[in-house]
Formats: sequence, structure tokens, C-alpha cells
Amino acid sequence: MTSHAAAQPSPKNDNLADDAMMPAPFRIVKRTQELADTFTIELTPASGRGGAFAFRPGQFNMLYAFGVGEVPISISGDPANPKKLIHTIRTVGAVTQAISNMKVGDEIGVRGPFGSAWPVEQAEGSDVVIITGGIGLAPLRPAIDHVLANRNKYGRFVILYGARSPADVLFMDQLTAWRGRLDTYVDVTVDHATRDWAGNVGVVTRLIERANFDAYHAKAFICGPELMMRFTIKELSARGFADEDIYVSMERNMKCAIGHCGHCQFGGKFVCKDGPVFPYSSVNALLKVRGL
Amino acid sequence: MVKIEGIDKLLAEHPFFKDMPVDARKTLAGCAKNERIEPGDYLAQEGKPADKFYLIRSGALAVECHVPSGDNLVIETLHTGEVLGWSWMVVPFEWSFDIRAVELTRVISLDAACLRKKIIKDKLLGFELYSRFIPILAKRLHSTRQQLTDMYGKS
Repeated sequence: MTSHAAAQPSPKNDNLADDAMMPAPFRIVKRTQELADTFTIELTPASGRGGAFAFRPGQFNMLYAFGVGEVPISISGDPANPKKLIHTIRTVGAVTQAISNMKVGDEIGVRGPFGSAWPVEQAEGSDVVIITGGIGLAPLRPAIDHVLANRNKYGRFVILYGARSPADVLFMDQLTAWRGRLDTYVDVTVDHATRDWAGNVGVVTRLIERANFDAYHAKAFICGPELMMRFTIKELSARGFADEDIYVSMERNMKCAIGHCGHCQFGGKFVCKDGPVFPYSSVNALLKVRGL
Repeated sequence: MVKIEGIDKLLAEHPFFKDMPVDARKTLAGCAKNERIEPGDYLAQEGKPADKFYLIRSGALAVECHVPSGDNLVIETLHTGEVLGWSWMVVPFEWSFDIRAVELTRVISLDAACLRKKIIKDKLLGFELYSRFIPILAKRLHSTRQQLTDMYGKS
């Protein structure tokens, strides 16, 4: 086990069952359609007792659409506001489609929080460079919230985000608000656009060369499709980043979420238990294995 | 002479000319001109003669693809410190895309006919120029291949 945030135990939450395999019933209190295929839900314990749902940035829950199935979904809310359990979900299969069809008041099962976290404490004193694409911004939003809430503990703060088109830019209002801060550098790009888009067009890796950070005193958090992460890591390495200062969030077919079933095995690791956030230095060899 | 010296100073400040021998740069300065493009103005159109290339001093340019019966599609934006245009090097010397200023953009344009004449006379000058274009072409090709993967799509 490496020294990254995976070693920390998950916060204990009174609203959840003691058995990690037993989903606790939660109720949808708010639903927001973010993009054509992406939505955000806010959950509260169905017991009506209220209470907090503590988690660390980067952790995920297993969400259970009763009668359909369970999916791992990262928590996208603010860790400093644990009373709101928030998930942002892209509709990609039967379970996420079932959750997408739910309305305010409907019940959903929750197990978690599981997995490792973005090393926000370890990054204190360094520049923080966040590079993300598509839905990958959702698992990083808690880390962004944390850095912004503790801004004086960090050096330069850079957020680089890529999406397919302007219509696919997630959390546009928040990106705009973060960009408006004097202490945060935010750059957004899309793969293609029409003329009414005044922003960048091009791949997210092109944003790296324009951003100002000290690669020798920085931590990079990357989340997005693995292909995007691979290209991004290559660019960061060229800028001088050490492998151990780059963190990636991996996605695999997680089922039990506690390292028992083996569905998410990734070499000698389980993505659900040892990840999903890994230091790149611990997975770089695995990422080069074809078909793994 | 004063004008060329002013342009040479601007060329020296641009990353494209980093480490270029001073003599070569001064020779190229004779083909260079300082220009300003207003937001929304086009400085190149697909199919028109590619008689220049541009070094962006400040601002942003959009590379657009004409879509019949629709709005142009922006496929890339180029920014301060970047270079626009290699159609002047490739037969039939025509622009492949439309180029629009996204914001007020200041560029140095280099006249293609002037460059070609000087390169034919001075092969080393051609080498200096082409060896700076090749990495840019490689980078753009690499970016284009990344875009082709549609990497943000549903997994």
C-alpha cells in the first residue's frame, strides 16, 4: 500500500448500515438536468432523521436503483457541506437510466463512501493543477471546493477542463464563477464549436502549455477518460512533473466496492478499495499493459 | 531600415524565432509586416491564395471549416505565441480553412512570395524556417488525432 490517501479509513456515517454490503434508503430531494445526458441528484436519508454524510473528495458511493441494479458514482458535492449528499451522473446504461427516470421523492439505495481520495492535505503548500474532461469534472469538484475553501494553504491553483462541445461543458456556471476569482486560473476548451463560442477550441492537453505553475512544486489531479489521462500525463511529464506528483482517478467495473468480488481488479490492485484515486507512480506500469 | 529593425525586434520576441541565427531572422524581417485584425474579421478564406503566414503577438484566431447551408464550425483556436498557416509551403498554395479573429489580434505577417524567393537563394534559411515548422505540424497533427478519438464521449 502506498502512502496516498487510500490508507485513510472512510468517514463513519450514522445514516448508513453497519454492513458495507447493505444499502441504506435515501430520498431524492432535488434533481437538476445538467446536460442532455447528465443530471445531478441531491439525497437525504429516507428515515427523515437528516444528519450529515461525511466523505473525502474523490470517494464514491454505490447507488442502488431498486429492482434494476447498482452502480458506483463519485460524490460531487462539497465535503465541507456534508448535509447535502450530491451525485452527478451520466446516463450510460440501464441502472443510470433508471436513476435518471427517478423523480424528487423517489427512494434510492446508498452504500459508501468507498475508496481513496484526492490527496488535498498532501498538496498543501504546493501548486495544484486539476485537469479533467467530460463528466470527469464531477469527481474533482469536491477537491476544487476543498482547495477554494482553504485557498491560503495552496500555491497557484489551475483548473483545465475539456469537453466535446460547448453544449457538453459540465458545471458551466461554476467554471465561470471559479474563473472570476483572482486566485484561480481556469481554462476551458472544446473539441469543436460554432462561431458563437468565444472560448478555446482544441484538445485539453493544449491548455497545459499556457498555464502557469511550477511543475517541480505541484500536485496534479487528473480525471477523465483514460485516453485523455494518458495524453495529459505525457504532457505533464514533458513539463517536468514527477510521476509521484500526478494522481489519477481510475474507472473499472466495480461491484462490491470493498475489494471482495474482484470485478475491478487492476493488476494487483482493486480499484474500489485501493483506488479509485491512485498516484500515477503506482499504476503507470499497469496502464501500459494492453487489455488490462 | 528603421522599419525593418522594429519588425526584427518583434520577430525576436516571438517563440517561433527562438534561437534562430540573427542573420537569418534579419533576412526574414524584410518579408514581415505588423498587422492588426479586428474581432470578427477574416484574414484568410478557404480556397483563396495562401500568400502569407502569421505569428500571433496577442489575441486569438479561430480556424473554421465552412459547413454548406450552416454556420462555420470552429475546429481550433490559436493564441498568443502561436503560428498560423503552412498552406503557403504546400502546392497549390491555397488556404484549407477560413481564419477569423476571435478578439482583437495583433500579428506579424510574413509574405510567402518574398519568403520563397529568399529560400531559393539561401537554402540554409529554408532549413531554419522549415525546421521550425515541422515540430508545429507534428504537434497539430497529434492534437488532431486526439480530437479524432472523441475521447470525452460515452465509454
